[in-house]
Amino acid sequence: MEYVIEMLNIRKEFPGIVANDNITLQLKKGEIHALLGENGAGKSTLMNVLFGLYQPEKGEIKVKGKSVKITNPNIANDLGIGMVHQHFMLVDPFTVTENIILGMEPKKGLTVNMKKAEKDVKEISDRYGLRVDPSAKIADISVGMQQRVEILKTLYRGAEILIFDEPTAVLTPQEIKELTQIFRTLISEGKSIVLITHKLKEIIEVCDRVTVIRKGVGIDTLDVQGTTPNDLASLMVGREVLFKTEKTAADPKEPVLEIEKLHVKDSRGITAVKDLDLTVRAGEIVGIAGVDGNGQSELIEAITGLKKVTSGSIKLNGKELSQLKPRKITESGVGHIPQDRHKHGLVLDFPIGDNMVLQTYYQSPYSKGSILNNKEINKQAKKLIAEFDVRTPSEFTEARALSGGNQQKAIIGREVDRDPDLLIAAQPTRGLDVGAIEFIHQRLIDQRDKGKAVLLISFELDEVINVSDKIAVIYEGRIVAIVDPKETTEQELGLLMAGSKRKGAGEEANV
Amino acid sequence: MKKRKFGLGLSMLLAAGTILGACGSDTETSNGGEENGGGEEAAGDFTVSMVTDVGGVDDKSFNQSAWEGLQAFGAEHGLEQGTDGYNYFQSQGDADYTTNLNTAVRNDFDLIFGIGFLLQPAIEQVAQQRADSHFALVDSVAEGDNVASITFKEHEGSFLVGVAAGLQTETNKIGFIGGVESDLINKFAAGFKAGVEAVNPDATVDIQFAGDFNNASRGQQMAAAMYGSGVDIVYHAAGGTGNGVFTEAKNLKQQDPERQIFVIGVDRDQSEEGALEAGGQPYNVTLTSMIKRVDIAVQDISTRAMEGDFPGGEIIEYGIEENGIAVAQSENLTEDTLAQIETYKQQILDGEIEVPSTLQ
Amino acid sequence: MSSRLQAILVPVISVLLGLIAGAIVMLVSGFNPIEGYGALLRGAFGDTFYIGETIRQITPYIFAGLAVAFAFRTGLFNIGVEGQLLVGWIASVWVGLAFDLPKFIHLPMAVLAGAAAGAIWGFVPGFLKARLRVHEVIVTIMMNYIALHLVNYLVRYVISDEQNTTVAVPPSASLKSPFLENLTDFSTLHNGIFLALAAAIIFWVVLEKTTTGFELRSVGFNQHASEYAGMNVNRNIVLSMVISGAFAGLGGAMEGLGTFGYGFIHGAFSGVGFDGIAVALLGGNVAIGVILAAALFGTLKVGALNMPIESGVPTELVEIVIALIIFFVASSYIIRYLLNRYKKGAK
Repeated sequence: MEYVIEMLNIRKEFPGIVANDNITLQLKKGEIHALLGENGAGKSTLMNVLFGLYQPEKGEIKVKGKSVKITNPNIANDLGIGMVHQHFMLVDPFTVTENIILGMEPKKGLTVNMKKAEKDVKEISDRYGLRVDPSAKIADISVGMQQRVEILKTLYRGAEILIFDEPTAVLTPQEIKELTQIFRTLISEGKSIVLITHKLKEIIEVCDRVTVIRKGVGIDTLDVQGTTPNDLASLMVGREVLFKTEKTAADPKEPVLEIEKLHVKDSRGITAVKDLDLTVRAGEIVGIAGVDGNGQSELIEAITGLKKVTSGSIKLNGKELSQLKPRKITESGVGHIPQDRHKHGLVLDFPIGDNMVLQTYYQSPYSKGSILNNKEINKQAKKLIAEFDVRTPSEFTEARALSGGNQQKAIIGREVDRDPDLLIAAQPTRGLDVGAIEFIHQRLIDQRDKGKAVLLISFELDEVINVSDKIAVIYEGRIVAIVDPKETTEQELGLLMAGSKRKGAGEEANV
Repeated sequence: MKKRKFGLGLSMLLAAGTILGACGSDTETSNGGEENGGGEEAAGDFTVSMVTDVGGVDDKSFNQSAWEGLQAFGAEHGLEQGTDGYNYFQSQGDADYTTNLNTAVRNDFDLIFGIGFLLQPAIEQVAQQRADSHFALVDSVAEGDNVASITFKEHEGSFLVGVAAGLQTETNKIGFIGGVESDLINKFAAGFKAGVEAVNPDATVDIQFAGDFNNASRGQQMAAAMYGSGVDIVYHAAGGTGNGVFTEAKNLKQQDPERQIFVIGVDRDQSEEGALEAGGQPYNVTLTSMIKRVDIAVQDISTRAMEGDFPGGEIIEYGIEENGIAVAQSENLTEDTLAQIETYKQQILDGEIEVPSTLQ
Repeated sequence: MSSRLQAILVPVISVLLGLIAGAIVMLVSGFNPIEGYGALLRGAFGDTFYIGETIRQITPYIFAGLAVAFAFRTGLFNIGVEGQLLVGWIASVWVGLAFDLPKFIHLPMAVLAGAAAGAIWGFVPGFLKARLRVHEVIVTIMMNYIALHLVNYLVRYVISDEQNTTVAVPPSASLKSPFLENLTDFSTLHNGIFLALAAAIIFWVVLEKTTTGFELRSVGFNQHASEYAGMNVNRNIVLSMVISGAFAGLGGAMEGLGTFGYGFIHGAFSGVGFDGIAVALLGGNVAIGVILAAALFGTLKVGALNMPIESGVPTELVEIVIALIIFFVASSYIIRYLLNRYKKGAK
């Protein structure tokens, strides 16, 4: 079998660390090859080497058997290598076509030949079953569609080999299903795919072979057929991994959070949470299941004081929260792992140490009078770094420099350590690997077992079913059903989340 | 240091300085320098410099005029531009005045001019610290035995252009636009009004102030209002604001070349400012200009200092007599007007007329 | 290359490139750049007098740089330093003239009046930004003009009797130091430099060591996260502008009580406030950086006065050289890019 890409014994160093050490990755024509590893294992580095963003210190890259030097992304492009990044690089006010042709516009005299461009885009879109509207504006289309625009961008530039960096992290279950279908079409058209992921289920479902790397070292390359998620997980993490989170039955006590008749408007002034009732008791985890955009964000922001409550009441241990400032709410015992860790969770330009006291810097012992006590702050940071296994060179490292998983662990460490009566966890494991997911789930359950209330919001049904003691399904700003996770199925939840018993309606809601 | 000795000697001679100053213009030759002081202050040794205000030596106004004076002085006495001859120090900001004055002192210039009233506090301070150096301040009065203050009898020149305005007005309505109301600008207004009244008691003078020396659009608005009310001659003493007066006058002339519209310029001959073409015919709205010869004053004081006659501690006023103030030649002035201006000029010189320098 | 080393290298290289570009401009214009820069250095450090003048010029630059940097650190762009400086200047002179008190009360009072006036001038754009989301750049620019004309009015009609300058402040409110003047052969060096250095220390302590500074920096980096963490973003925006304005106002007080010792009618902006933007940028918005950048600007500014007289290089060319240095600092990302390229190439 012919290899289209061979990366042989690649070594890439950064000051202080070896990101890739002697890694070999060989991609066969027409296969979907998974690159599996924990966060920070060196997957992205390896692919950036292939894409010409980094130069390796050692090793050789061959494309179709010929040794090449890829010193910048343009060369990668010319060699037929395309990359679909996790964070899309699209210009929002531009149309799909404009985004795709950006940088290589077909010319007609001095002007851009938009007609031809749109025709070309439509043609490629149809060939690979992407079903993208070439004249739609990026700002108006869903995240799933935006990803397809990224795929189209690489195809338009003649890519033969497509690299996907965590493509499913941002997608709904429905969109993931459709993406899988797109993969298959691409392969049938003769393309080859490298899929960077840490989601084992995806690998088993779509991939042909998988290369596992751990802490910068290539561990093994194996055929997916005949492996189990457990095998892959232990290869990746380097130890046995428990998939079903072990937990005892919940022992719910008095209500901690009581929400009644809550109405909240979103940023455009449209009512996003309508007449919502919800109770979370001490010693239980309530999971909120729902398709993104059904009022989850507004609900959390209302509880934490980031958004004004239009009407209704939110009580914590019987005390009204709805008119309080965020600081007072935090002080009265609410912890919050925010959905967007870069936007809300961390000050990326602050050192990890400062981030660890983001809500408590003004309290003793982190400050006295109004003078910060950096010694205490860093002591606390060190403690949390150790306790929550945050992998960072030191507590003085900027949060920006950490991998997503470690950033998330830092946030969780900070929130859990304050020991809040109510812990709100929004998408706490988004984009994380199994090792980290397991760790985080265990922490949530620990909080529950300590008699605290936990509110979990997630778009991953697995997670909701696994971790929650009770599932509340949200649809169009209302809790439409409360179900017992032990008695429900993904199918049933999916239907409830779609707000209808008919299956088709749910898909429409996604677009 | 030789300068110290001379500085002392010079200040003692100052008592006679005022009277000598009157004849200064007649003895303004390089020979004078050689005769005086046994050659120690001969032209070859004498150095002079000036510190500009923020305007710079190409400001088309008194900085430039002063620099031209120094250049003429240098040419006359065979001096080179540089630290051994004559030079200027340009100030970029108000904080630079003292630094520049001090640098001039450190470069051993025998005489240092400060150009413009903005330098007054700085020159007083530096003069006090550098008692051995000689300074001269243009356009304002500074205290100190080693500072000569140079002012101009703007009221005299303004009187003469007032005579011209009074004789040539057709509407008996005359306007005056001043920059900022101050003692200096009031001198212009007072002399002008007196000149008009001397030849034409029926004429009225409308005196207004723009509140700004550098607001051409405001000048234009004020001029429009004046011309609109029947005024046919406007005298401006308003720097850049006056440019707007010219603009408005030229616009009106363009619309109706038959109508009499005049501006009287200030500081230098502003006939260029008033030139226009209407219906293929060249016109000029500049009736005449009241010229202030900063260059002559600078040259004169330099010469006196070189000759050992530095008027430290004195206020030297330049008027018509000293050639420091003049009326610009202009085709727009009639024979009669020119003759009358000449008559009044002589009367001022003879002391028959005392021109008021303040408004009553 | 460590980021700390890079943080130092980038401004240094910017300055060097600016100097080289300036040398080329001088060469092309027919002047000897070595003589030119020699004259500049002698004009800045040639003897004690010039050293005194240079330090005196550095003083307001430090304040202006600190003012801009402080706002920058909270994510705000304070272009109004110029106006804040002017109101601080006139307020300090006013207090200096209006009271007759012993020096140990009078001088601090006059200095603080300058800070307060600048703070008020900074409060307005801060408040409008926090409440109505009006962009601070627009408001601060407008406030500059208001300050200029208001100050001129006050000088002419309120503090003086229709004069162009006020009377000099009495010794009890003056920062002038006969000791320093004598030491530097009658330069205008005054005690303000000590206040400037103290202000830089305060700047550092407030930003790095206090909870207030923690909040201000946090808001500067990420308003969303700060709001999430319970900080009052709007309050911090206002506070930042107030403190920034106070630094600028102090800079004005240095001019009013020290360099000049009086207030006068300004025909135009002094430019110190605008140069403060470049100082802050070059200094990386940290206290020590601002001091060093202010030192550079003060040196250039004072040394430049000597270039025309000693080497014949016209003042305009000197301005171009300074502008080139600022240009290279502002476009430091180019240098950063080249450094990274070089780093890659070396490995």
